[in-house]
Amino acid sequence: MGGLLVGIYVFVLSCFVGFEIITKVPPTLHTPLMSGANAISGITIVGAIYAACQTSDPRISAILGCVAVAMATINVVGGFLVTDRMLAMFGGKKKR
Amino acid sequence: MSGQQLAQLIYLLSAVLFIVGLKRLTRVRTARAGNALAAVAMLLAVVGALVEYQIVSFQWLLVGVVSGGLIGGVAAMRVPMTKMPEMVAIFNGFGGAASAVVAASVLWAEVIEKAGSQSATVAEHLTTAGQNGGASAVTLALSIFIGGVTLSGSFVAYLKLAGRIPGRPLMLPLRHFINAALVIGAVVTSGCLAFDVTATAEMAKLCMILAGASIVLGVLLVIPIGGADMPVVISLLNSYSGVAASATGFVIGNNVLIISGAMVGAAGLILTKIMCVAMNRSLANVIFGGFGSDDSSAGGGGGEYENVTSCGVEEAVMILESATSMIVVPGYGLAVAQAQHAVREMADLMEKNGCNVRYAIHPVAGRMPGHMNVLLAEADIPYEQLVEMEAINPDFPTTDVALVIGANDVVNPAALDDKTSPIYGMPILEVHHAQTVFVVKRGLGAGFAGVKNVLFERDNTMMVYGDAKKVLQGLTTELKDSLGS
Repeated sequence: MGGLLVGIYVFVLSCFVGFEIITKVPPTLHTPLMSGANAISGITIVGAIYAACQTSDPRISAILGCVAVAMATINVVGGFLVTDRMLAMFGGKKKR
Repeated sequence: MSGQQLAQLIYLLSAVLFIVGLKRLTRVRTARAGNALAAVAMLLAVVGALVEYQIVSFQWLLVGVVSGGLIGGVAAMRVPMTKMPEMVAIFNGFGGAASAVVAASVLWAEVIEKAGSQSATVAEHLTTAGQNGGASAVTLALSIFIGGVTLSGSFVAYLKLAGRIPGRPLMLPLRHFINAALVIGAVVTSGCLAFDVTATAEMAKLCMILAGASIVLGVLLVIPIGGADMPVVISLLNSYSGVAASATGFVIGNNVLIISGAMVGAAGLILTKIMCVAMNRSLANVIFGGFGSDDSSAGGGGGEYENVTSCGVEEAVMILESATSMIVVPGYGLAVAQAQHAVREMADLMEKNGCNVRYAIHPVAGRMPGHMNVLLAEADIPYEQLVEMEAINPDFPTTDVALVIGANDVVNPAALDDKTSPIYGMPILEVHHAQTVFVVKRGLGAGFAGVKNVLFERDNTMMVYGDAKKVLQGLTTELKDSLGS
């Protein structure tokens, strides 16, 4: 049970980190922040890689893994790009 | 140093960068760098995964990455700024679904395809695979369940935002009973899947049932919530997709998944809370209230409008050209009409005429907090001119003109003094104190909350009917003519 306990420690402490980081945010950044956090939730791509690379046979597990990689990649690539597009507007204007 | 240890160190660096990146995303000046940092962290996590896991074949990985990257990249570059909330909802749905599918894939790879003639439960199989046995089996079911709810809930939110299905709440009879039954059913199914069945065919069947139940539940949970509350829903679902990723982390014993997932879960909850505070409602009220349905608006809303004054573009310009101060109140109508550039053009003329122009941003204007800021920034409107609700409300009594463009519920004075109104208690922009209020709107239809707006009947309010962009362009043309420029 060692691994599980460590996992629970990590989970609980990470929740507190998340709460502490987000407490004060100017409303301007709410949408980009939501979008950025959404891109980070695509971290599940790590799990998808694990699932997709076990075999080259077209087994159910491999096909599910492939689908998971595709969906997680959409979330990651799309999420970060969209966030950057939004934030580019704030940044570019400041310098001009 | 073994590959395992190297991978763990890469994960640690990745997690640190996620934390720093998320932190920087909360400040205007550092936000873009923060987003880039989080993207680097994601890349590192992927590298870590490639180091840690024995890659038998790249075939399926490449197919997934290329197709997903193309779809996500093209969608992100092509979506107009006004459709941003819908896009985030869709991306979020995919994120949640990915976690669920990973869990299902692990079920097949580690249990169903390996079992052979062996007779053991999922919990027992996952112990032999060097995992946490019962805990892994339970989080596997949890991941499928939360991922499924996130997928279908996000999709319904998308359909509501995009107007493909009606934004008003759809209240099914007995829905609380059905939802409770689905949750209990999912718990029982999860228990059987994890600890009871030993036949692989049964496991596959239970996995499907669990996924199906969670998808139905996701639809039923979001359908009764009104379109105006979709920002809260998306934020909450964003939190769910983080939790789903975290649960997947427990299944495969991966800390970077647990950390990032938990952080996103917490961040989503905080944002949800901020939005609820802005609407002066509790989260429970949003989720169970069916806010804005026909039965709830009967109390203070509904009814016909009397005494509404309307005017054309020419008459509006006569007042506008002598105004020395103007506050623009943008709402979702502005986003729908893509009128942000038209606003800018008109405001430029007003400023040239010596008028002080500012923009009042209600915390929940549009369909997402900060939605208006993004739109106005796209039109190069200076950041300093955007003022938040608390800061600008005291200035309305000394303002000549308040120009409300496509906003409704956030300027409804009934929220201040009509105790029977469903939106009573919601903080509003107090535009009714301004000398003259122009409301640019297509018609007298109710806002997203389905409530009658008493502002429209005030003596100092003039309705200017029409599409926001057309009206603003008309105002700009007339202003140019009368100012002789």
